[in-house]
Amino acid sequence: MKTPSLSHLRPSDYMNVYEPSEDTFLLLDALEAEADAGLLKDATVCLEVGSGSGCVSAFVGMLLKTCVLLATDINPHATSASLQTGIKNNVHIDPVLSHFASAFGSRLAGNVDLLIFNPPYVVTPSDEVGSNGIEAAWAGGVDGMEVTSKFLPLVNDLLSANGLFYLVTVRENKPLEIMREMRDTYGLFAKVVLTRRAGIEGLAIVRFSRTEI
Amino acid sequence: MLMCHVKGCSTDNFPLRIEDAEMEQVEVEFNEDFCRRLINKIDWPAFVQTAFALGLDQLPAALPDDLDEEFLQRIHKLALETKLKAGRMVCNGCKHVYLITDGIPNMLLQETEV
Ligand SMILES: [Zn+2]
Repeated sequence: MKTPSLSHLRPSDYMNVYEPSEDTFLLLDALEAEADAGLLKDATVCLEVGSGSGCVSAFVGMLLKTCVLLATDINPHATSASLQTGIKNNVHIDPVLSHFASAFGSRLAGNVDLLIFNPPYVVTPSDEVGSNGIEAAWAGGVDGMEVTSKFLPLVNDLLSANGLFYLVTVRENKPLEIMREMRDTYGLFAKVVLTRRAGIEGLAIVRFSRTEI
Repeated sequence: MLMCHVKGCSTDNFPLRIEDAEMEQVEVEFNEDFCRRLINKIDWPAFVQTAFALGLDQLPAALPDDLDEEFLQRIHKLALETKLKAGRMVCNGCKHVYLITDGIPNMLLQETEV
């Protein structure tokens, strides 16, 4: 399937919003393959955390036709880009300025069928983590895991019975350890669904689910 | 769907009260199965309260057992085709105000509030 049109975004927008890149496109390929395999057909509520340009949420909207698309980001440039990207691609995205899923409190608990996080996974000094500017889109601190490790404990509560969580990782994040941790702590099954080498990045898309798929 | 998450605010924090709402109608293709699935995920009393407060619709306090297409169309219109463009969302518990600007709710809190 075609990737969403982002022609409304200018180079100046990418000073403030993460420009879709190899990691984004790998995630799109993984989601398309999962949809083709019928895994996403009953998804009613999708939540993308850190939606940036909105490219991924728009793609999900194009793939699934009917699905509520909630998209959070802590960067106002990103939430507005996400909104515009939805409009541009005839997809209704509901962006919310929020840290992770905190805007929804307990309301989303057990209700997210499709949870997506392409986190800031790059290994950086810790003090680069946690701004609300463009650096927040990649700076991951120690092991590139400082942001992801804060999000992972929220996943189990958010996922619905058939909910699926897709996480973008790089080798430095030690995805196998993440997978073991999520299985041991929450009983979630984990599988690497797609990998790709992009420059120095060893990217892997990991899927978490309540049942073994 | 949005609720107050100010630290220590745990009562009467949902649904947020919407003030000075500016709304917009969009068109979304109706899909009956999808609408049925969505209803299961909605907090019905909060949905009824919000739709009434916004002057949009007067829904039954209890979700009917038999959901016919006409009823589903109403839900479809409210949940999927009505968008908040601007306004204020006020927490009835702690009075915190969240703003909606250009169609985007700002649910970020200051560090001291988290
Ligand atoms: Zn409150």
